[in-house]
Amino acid sequence: MTNFDSTPVEKSERITRLVAHLFEKMPEIEAARAELITESYKNSEGLPETMRKALAFDHILENLPIIIRPEELIVGSTTIAPRGCQTYPEFSYDWLEAEFDTVEHRSADPFYISDETKKRLLAVNPYWKGKTTSELARSYMAPETLRAMEHNFFTPGNYYYNGVGHVNVHYDRVINEGLSGIIAQTAGALGRLCPGDPEYGTKRRFLEAVIISCNAVIKYARRYSELAKQEASKESNIGRKNELLRIAEVCSHVPEKPARNFWEACQAFWFVQQTMQIESSGHSISPGRFDQYMYPYYESDIRSGAMTREQAQELIDCVWVKLNDLNKCRDALSAEGFAGYSLFQNLIVGGQTSDGRDATNDLSFMCLDATKHVFLPQPSISIRVWNGSPQELLIRAAEVTRTGIGFPAYYNDEIIIPSMQNRGIPLEEARNYCIIGCVEPHVPGKEDGWHDAAFFNMVRPLEMVFSNGYDKGEEASIHTGDIEGFSSYEEFKAAYKKQMEYNIRLLVNADNSIDRAHMERSPLPFESALIDDCIERGMPLQSGGAHYNFTGPQGFGIANVADSLYTVKKLVFEEKRFTLSELKKAMEMNFGKGFDSITAQETAQQVAKAVAAAGEDVTPDLIEETIRTVLTMELPAEEKARYEEIWQLIDDLPKYGNDVDEVDTIAREAAHFYTQPLPAYKNPRGGIFQAGLYPVSANVPLGAQTGATPDGRLAHMPVADGVSPTNGKDLHGPTASCNSVAKLDHGDASNGTLFNMKMHPTAMSGERGLENFVSLVRGYFDQMGMHMQFNVVDKETLLDAQVHPEKYKGLVVRVAGYSALFTTLSKSLQDDIIRRTAQGQYR
Amino acid sequence: MTDYLDTRGRIFDIQRYSIHDGIGIRTIVFLKGCALRCRWCCNPESQSYEIETMTQNGRPKTCGQDVTVREVMETVKRDMPYYSRSDGGLTLSGGESLLQPEFATALLMAGKDLGVNTAMESMGFAEYSTIEKLLPYLDTYLMDIKHMDAAKHKQWCGKENTLMIENAMKIAKSGQTQLIIRVPVIPGFNDTESEIAAIARYTSSLPGVAQIHLLPYHNFGEGKYTGLGRPYPMGNASRPTDEKMQRLKAAAERGTGLYCQIGG
Repeated sequence: MTNFDSTPVEKSERITRLVAHLFEKMPEIEAARAELITESYKNSEGLPETMRKALAFDHILENLPIIIRPEELIVGSTTIAPRGCQTYPEFSYDWLEAEFDTVEHRSADPFYISDETKKRLLAVNPYWKGKTTSELARSYMAPETLRAMEHNFFTPGNYYYNGVGHVNVHYDRVINEGLSGIIAQTAGALGRLCPGDPEYGTKRRFLEAVIISCNAVIKYARRYSELAKQEASKESNIGRKNELLRIAEVCSHVPEKPARNFWEACQAFWFVQQTMQIESSGHSISPGRFDQYMYPYYESDIRSGAMTREQAQELIDCVWVKLNDLNKCRDALSAEGFAGYSLFQNLIVGGQTSDGRDATNDLSFMCLDATKHVFLPQPSISIRVWNGSPQELLIRAAEVTRTGIGFPAYYNDEIIIPSMQNRGIPLEEARNYCIIGCVEPHVPGKEDGWHDAAFFNMVRPLEMVFSNGYDKGEEASIHTGDIEGFSSYEEFKAAYKKQMEYNIRLLVNADNSIDRAHMERSPLPFESALIDDCIERGMPLQSGGAHYNFTGPQGFGIANVADSLYTVKKLVFEEKRFTLSELKKAMEMNFGKGFDSITAQETAQQVAKAVAAAGEDVTPDLIEETIRTVLTMELPAEEKARYEEIWQLIDDLPKYGNDVDEVDTIAREAAHFYTQPLPAYKNPRGGIFQAGLYPVSANVPLGAQTGATPDGRLAHMPVADGVSPTNGKDLHGPTASCNSVAKLDHGDASNGTLFNMKMHPTAMSGERGLENFVSLVRGYFDQMGMHMQFNVVDKETLLDAQVHPEKYKGLVVRVAGYSALFTTLSKSLQDDIIRRTAQGQYR
Repeated sequence: MTDYLDTRGRIFDIQRYSIHDGIGIRTIVFLKGCALRCRWCCNPESQSYEIETMTQNGRPKTCGQDVTVREVMETVKRDMPYYSRSDGGLTLSGGESLLQPEFATALLMAGKDLGVNTAMESMGFAEYSTIEKLLPYLDTYLMDIKHMDAAKHKQWCGKENTLMIENAMKIAKSGQTQLIIRVPVIPGFNDTESEIAAIARYTSSLPGVAQIHLLPYHNFGEGKYTGLGRPYPMGNASRPTDEKMQRLKAAAERGTGLYCQIGG
């Protein structure tokens, strides 16, 4: 039985023009928000933090310059320049000042910044010295945690320097009840407060802050209503005049009151989505199940004839354009880790209702079509797949995948729901899950998941086994014994496990320190207002007010660890082709394949340190000479030949990704070394840790900090992404690759796993190509794989785009949990994407 | 008496996620040894029954491996979830599978044991009595007819086509399998409308046969000839243009009532 109309609707001309306007110039940094929050904070010293945030939010929304872009139907822009960004000095600011002169020309995500903006920011930033969340977080960290971060075992950069974001809020409540409904609920909670409650004071001030924040958003909408009215009075084109008058009416009604129609529902949604990102710099604020909570308004307008399907599609497309109008400037290293100007606003269609029926409706199709129409990286559109998913919806999704945009990402209900139940979420709520950011399963409107809490490089602890805890001449981790003393694979593996456990503990320490800093310095009353049970508990989200609390840091590099462990097992201990010491030497010598500039720099630094320690002068000549020596170093022929032989022996071994049980079993175990220790740890919000296995795009920059590894990976090359096999090492086609990945315990990685696959366009051509593609996804999901995403583009196209970026401005590729414009990515990340094995290129 | 799962044969490759030969997602088992020596053959390592060494990416690769049906099925079974989602299954290719009839039959029986769809790409170069034995286990017979002219066939493929043409009719009449005729479109050999139309006319005379596939020539196999130390017989012949393929498709469909598909 189908109860949906899937007929596609044409894209309107307006959308083409809206998109063109958005991309007219390079994104720009603006100073207004930084000035306004500083002004407000200067005037609120001494008040509780919740109240200061609310007053600042109110002050910002009252004074932030506003604009209605040409032909917009859905309005609300955080910056005057399209795709611009504001800054958030309360979280951190010094990185931006340090990068003032480079941010415009850096390889990943450049932003224009005018001299005037620099001046304005320099005037307000100093106020925040010693007051930022990052400074407080740092002061809370253990010395060994700071050391581990210096040695690049993990980076918690995301929340260390920025707001947290990573939630899905009750858009449905704002649409259905209006912010006035939320205010009424809050007033009720205030009225019920008991003066004898030990937390009375903090609760009261928090609830008052919630009301101030909700009113701030209502007033902000009214400013747009006024602006639209003014513009209408000046507009000569009758059609546009009427649109502006309609906008004025819509913005005077929502988000204050319940939406009366689909247009108002879209606008109410948008004000929530936009202003939450003004309140804090957190990204991955995810719309979630848009096709579900918007449907009643769509359905009633279509039924009453108040709106055509064409009009509905145009409004949805307008929302999609707006999602690309938001932007965020990150520090240079993070920009590489999250490359592509992405805000990871994940929006998911399909799946099940909370009572277990198929949830597909007209909007599920129209959302997929909107992505085809707008063809931009936002929203990160996703689809839930379960055994009852209609084939028609999956075929439509496959059509979008075939365009090469890298969307949608496919998620498997059949494993995600039980994995959430395993973390204590009841079945009905688990069935209603949405995805946050890249791949993180989440209970809509009820959870503070702290997803994406850190990147943990699973390969670095392996290096520590070989070095017995030393890194660059320093003691960087625990001692697990000299490798010469290891007499079995089991001993080696046990040492790796110990190194993992130790560094995971430090990762927890880093995350909890940052968590605490956000709790104390950055409670967010507006965000809290829209997540259960913050109002009822009188507690901000950041203090643990959510119904469910988790911390989800992600590990990556499973393929490298699995293949490395297999090398040690097979070639060192079973076949005795070389010893661990010989392997260590071969890795240090980069398997005889020469040294790169990173190794040269690192060596020079160590030489300089040794010279300085001996009390001698470090001259620039000495540094230069060392670098030159390393770069031009020739090993003795015999030694070089032996290293190359070792590399060849390793390369000839079967690798993870080829459906070889012996290797895949090791991969499963390697993943467990990361996922299993985490849930034993608690966070300050009263929740537990849960592991994710995905890298965003950090596998490239963090790989550049990792030496050669026993799987034959050369020094500083990218580490394998997510749960995917190493690029170019899965040689038996997509089914073999999927089978290997499906052998991991995805259910234990309840913060999400990420499997990248690159398809060649020929593998998806024609109706049959789509059918087979869907069968591939279903077959992987039948084996309890969790997530899959695809790049459908041929290698030649990508190579050409590197040479002629001007010709490929609109080329969108799948990076990790999101898609991005290929030409905006750094060269090394572009190369990494090109190296991913293209499947199906047989004929 | 031996279990058919222990039947041994010689293969040179197993390719998973094949989506161009038969319906759904399939695994192709390539049997080694062929009776013909078609000039355009893209798998020259398939032709000789002998185990050979081919240079690939500068390193020697052994082509040919003796295996039991059981061993082959261990790989085939790994993709069961994908077969069941796509109605796919097992495809035999070659070489000419019929030159190892017991092995081919046993593989198809094992495929039926799994309950998956079975297909075979073959020219039908064997006595019909041999073919007859495997038909009960074969869902789709993808049969090559390369040319209707016996002399030209012999000149380009090394053997005349008489036996194969007769077998096509017998297979069609048996009604035991879905028969699909496939025509490699080879420049200078059969790439004219009249030659394709002749094959299509014969195809339409085969009872129950509704489909003909035109497979455009490609030179992806050229590197393998170099790797085997053999000259590439097709020189620098180029792939038929899309327009040409469309014309040939029209020629195949004209007046035959056949459904013609370009590519597998």
